[in-house]
Order: sequence, then structure tokens, then C-alpha cells
Amino acid sequence: MQAIGLTFIDWLIIAIYFGFVLGIGFYLRSYTKTADDFFLAGRKNTAWVAGLAFLSANLGALELLGMTGNTYKYGVYVAHFYWIGAVPAMLFLGIYMMPFYYSSRIKSIPGYLKLRFDEKTRVLNGVSFGVMTLLVSGINLYAMALVLHTFLGWNWDVSMWASALTVALYVTLSGLMSAIFTEIIQFFLIWFGLFLVSILGIIDIGGVNEIFSRIPEAFSKLWSTSGDPTQNGMMVTWGGIVLGLGFVLSFGYWTTDFLVVQRALSAKDLRSARMTPILASFFKMAVPFIVILGGLIALALARDPGSGFALLQDGGKINYDSALPMLIARYYPPGLIGLGVTALLAGFMAGQAGNISAFNTVWTYDIYHSILNKKASPQNLLWMGRAATLAGIVISVGTAYWAKSFPSIMDYMQAIFSWVNAPLFATMLLGMFVKWITPNGAFWGLIAGMGSSFTMFLAVKSSWIDPRFITMSPVQSDMAANFWRAWWAWLICFVVTITISLFTKKKPDEELVGLVKGLTPETLGQPVPLLRRPAFWAVLSLIIFVALNIWFW
Amino acid sequence: MNGQTEPKEQKKMKPIWYFVGLVLLTMGVLVFLTGIFMLVFGVRSPTALASLHPNIWWGAIMIVAGAVFFFKNR
Repeated sequence: MQAIGLTFIDWLIIAIYFGFVLGIGFYLRSYTKTADDFFLAGRKNTAWVAGLAFLSANLGALELLGMTGNTYKYGVYVAHFYWIGAVPAMLFLGIYMMPFYYSSRIKSIPGYLKLRFDEKTRVLNGVSFGVMTLLVSGINLYAMALVLHTFLGWNWDVSMWASALTVALYVTLSGLMSAIFTEIIQFFLIWFGLFLVSILGIIDIGGVNEIFSRIPEAFSKLWSTSGDPTQNGMMVTWGGIVLGLGFVLSFGYWTTDFLVVQRALSAKDLRSARMTPILASFFKMAVPFIVILGGLIALALARDPGSGFALLQDGGKINYDSALPMLIARYYPPGLIGLGVTALLAGFMAGQAGNISAFNTVWTYDIYHSILNKKASPQNLLWMGRAATLAGIVISVGTAYWAKSFPSIMDYMQAIFSWVNAPLFATMLLGMFVKWITPNGAFWGLIAGMGSSFTMFLAVKSSWIDPRFITMSPVQSDMAANFWRAWWAWLICFVVTITISLFTKKKPDEELVGLVKGLTPETLGQPVPLLRRPAFWAVLSLIIFVALNIWFW
Repeated sequence: MNGQTEPKEQKKMKPIWYFVGLVLLTMGVLVFLTGIFMLVFGVRSPTALASLHPNIWWGAIMIVAGAVFFFKNR
């Protein structure tokens, strides 16, 4: 089963990576003196640092393997996750939402909910985010061990504990600062470690046009097969793509998930914070040059019997996640193999560090400081942040062992996001842009949205209702169900929040200054040159986004 | 982590780009030297496109990129 064999030089490169990240943790320790240093990296990052970290926090190894495999299965359609499923939301965050987040000097997303609404909404979101983050963190850890075991033959327990302890050590030492440092190193390792697969694949097959000529025509289309769900492998119509993925799930994740927004909050000023997701959007659009191209190359090779290329099989079923590892095994000689494996390891560990650094902040500020110890000193909060990091890692490891005995939990990963993030986006949108939305409206809207999403999930899984009532289509897949369930959860939260707000007491306007559009004065600072304006870069990003969608229509 | 103000008694923190340069430079040198070794001594089980010696030119690209980051941010 093992796909990739390592030589001494490959092991050496992997060992150097571990040495580097631990060394960085110790180096940054002496610069992490205050709670702001630990939880928000001192709020002194440039837009480039925050922007690359913003993107990398989401760019895990699981995604790289999974999306390359999905491309093999579904073709270019998968690019929706990188383009419409990310770019509009990132630009919206940078242009419209970031001024409220950054200027209110919040430490976390639940912190904004406290200022805009009340304590109970903050705690509800803090607890649900904490549970979701640890669950995802544990499942990621399990998946990482599984991948390393499957493709490299590594011992399950050793690979899991080694990476968990490394992450625990460097995040405990210097918090978000070391998480951001390792995320940026991960970004460069992924490009230098994996982009070469695409380059060599193009050379091997004889050019990009040759790759497209070897795959089914429908696999090269982004939108033209979206009218009929039977015509695309994902079985999702354009409605599910636009409303479920492009609107609710994408905006729910990119604009409200603290894991990514925390990186923008670490920026040194408002302009840098606004530029953070906008800069990240350019790189997000480029990721398909690794994953989509890699998946298409694997497919083109597999369709050519003379190439000798095939994916691994698990019990007679194709293991689609093996597409990228099998390409690495095909093209990479010793040295480069170590680099490719290090890129995957870096992706796993940076993702783990991202989850843990977001968790320790939400736990410390939105649960510990908000409920358990309201008089905690800054030094006490710093101590609690470190303790929460260690506790978070221990719980993640426990979750990983639980996932090992219950592997189908992996199927629920996307579903978890639609339980928490999709309704939260409705709450945020209304909270930021409609001043008469009340604390009770937000709280009960959020409960209704999360509850309905979970109930729909349970009802379909238990066959209590026909999934066609949710997906509005005679054919559907789990992915289509996730997209549509997210849309309905958002809509239910939106409607319930508005309805309850009409009948409950709203907060006085003076308490909402700086938190809601219309009550917040537009700050006109020094005139900024065109090239330094977030709006200019957002428009440029939007033009590239539209061009890519038309090109692959 | 650029442009930050540090306490007087503490050394200024190295920017992240310095560490990015160091990682790329170190790994680039190892990949490049492995490629040279393979060119001189050959390989037992060559990969597809081994004749292009990807670790030599890719290692060289990493060395150049790493050196730029490292020396500009020392």
C-alpha cells in the first residue's frame, strides 16, 4: 500500500523542518510578553504577513490531498471551492466588514457579538466555535496520521503524537505569533514543494492543451454543466453552487470563522487589516494551479494505459486522495520527495496550530474571562492562554483516537461548518448592517439556525425526510446536501432574527457606534495613493475572478 | 512582523521573511546537492523525467529565492 519511500536526505529535510518550527517557537518566546502578543501577535503585522497567514490557516494538507482527488473525480468543477467559494467573501470581508471588526478592537468574533448584542450571544458562539474547532482539530490530527500511515507507512501513534507535541510546544511558547510564522513558512513550502508536480506533469504530458484533450469534455467546464445536476459529477446545480457554496458557506466561513479572521485582527492598522483578505484572495485564486492541475494531470495519466500511472486502491475502491502522493512518487527523486512530504507535514501542522491558537483565544476571552473569572489580570489571561493551548491539544488527541474508532466522522466535517458558520453569517450580516436588530433576535435566530441545520442533517441521515426536499433536485450528493442545508440554515436564522427583533427591545444607538453601518462615522484619513487603496486591489481581484470564470465557463 | 517598536533592552525581532529565506536556502542547498550527487553517481530506480534532473534546477531556484529573502532581511 505504501506509495512513497524515503531516503536519508528526505528524512534530513523533514528533521530540519521540525527543528526550524521548534527553534522559531523558542526564538519568539522572548518577544511574547503580553496577552496581546500571545493572542493577537502584538497587532503589528504587515498586510503581507497577515494576508499570507490568512490564506495558509485554511490551506491544510487535507485540503490539498482531498481537492486534488476531487478534481480527479469531478474535473475543473472543483475550482468553485477556490473561486466563487472564496473570493467574493474575502473581498466583502476586506471592504465592508473589516472596519467594524478591527476598529472595535475586539479580541475575537464572539467578542464582537458581545459588543453588538449581549453576553449570551457571545457565549453561545464562543462555546459552539470552541467545540467545532476542537472537533475539527482532532479529526485533522486523525486524518494526518492516516495519510502518513497510508502513503509513507509511518506508525499511526508516533506521527500523531510527534506533530501534536511539536504544535503544542511552539504555540504554548509564543501563541499566535509562532502560529503565523509557521503558516507563512508553510505557504512557501507548499508552493516550492508541490507546484513542481504540476510543472513536471505538464512537461510529461506535452502541454496544458494536451492535458485537456485527454480528459472528458465535461471535466473541463466550470459553469456550462451546472444547469443539469446529472451532467456534473458533484450533482450540484448552479443554484446550490451560488446560494449554498458561493454565498452562505463561503461568506459564513471567510467572514465569521475566527480561525481566519484572527489573522486579519493581528494587522498593524486598519488599512493592513482590510488588505489582509484582499491580498489573500489573489493567492487563493492561484491554488488551483497546484490542486486542480495536479488532479487533471493524474486523470490524464490514468486514462493513458501506456503511462503506467494508477491511483491506489482500498478494498477494491479507488483512493482518490492518493492522486497527489502518487504524482510525487512518479516525478520526485530523493531530496524533492523530502521537500514534498515536508510541504504536506507543514500543511497539517500549521492547520493544527491555527485551530489551537483560535481556540485558546476564544476560550480565554469568551468563556474563561467572560464567565469563570471576570477579574482576571492580563498576566492571568496569558497564563490561561498557554494552559488552554495544552488542554486543546490533549482534547484534540483524544478526539483523534475517538475518530480512529469511528472513521465515518470524516464525512461530517463539511456538515459541522454548516451547523455553526452558516447561521452565524446571517447574524453578523444583520448585526453589522441593520441597526434595529436586537440582542434577543440575534440569540434566538442563531439558536434556530444552528438547530435547524443540525435537525436537517439528522433527519436526512436517519431517512426521516427525503433529501430532495432540501436540495430541490431529484438527484443529489452529500456535497449538494451540505450546500443546500447551509442555505436553509442561513435563511431560517435570517428570518427568525428579523421577526424576533421586531418585537423585542433594541440597544440604544449610542451603544452601537463603531459597530453598525449608518451609526459609524466614515473616517477620512490622509489621502492614500491609488496603489495603497484596498478598494483598488479588491476591484483588480474581482476582475481576475470574473475572467477565470469566463475562461473556464 | 515589520515595523514594530521593541523595548530598548531587547534586540529587534527578525522579520518572518528572514526565516522563510533560511528555510528555503537550507532545503534548496540539500535538494541541489542531492541532484548533483545523482548526476555524478546515477540512480538505481529513476523517476519519470529523471533525465531533466529536476532537483538540480528546482534546488537552484530555491537557493536563489531563499538567498534573496535571507540577505535582504538579515
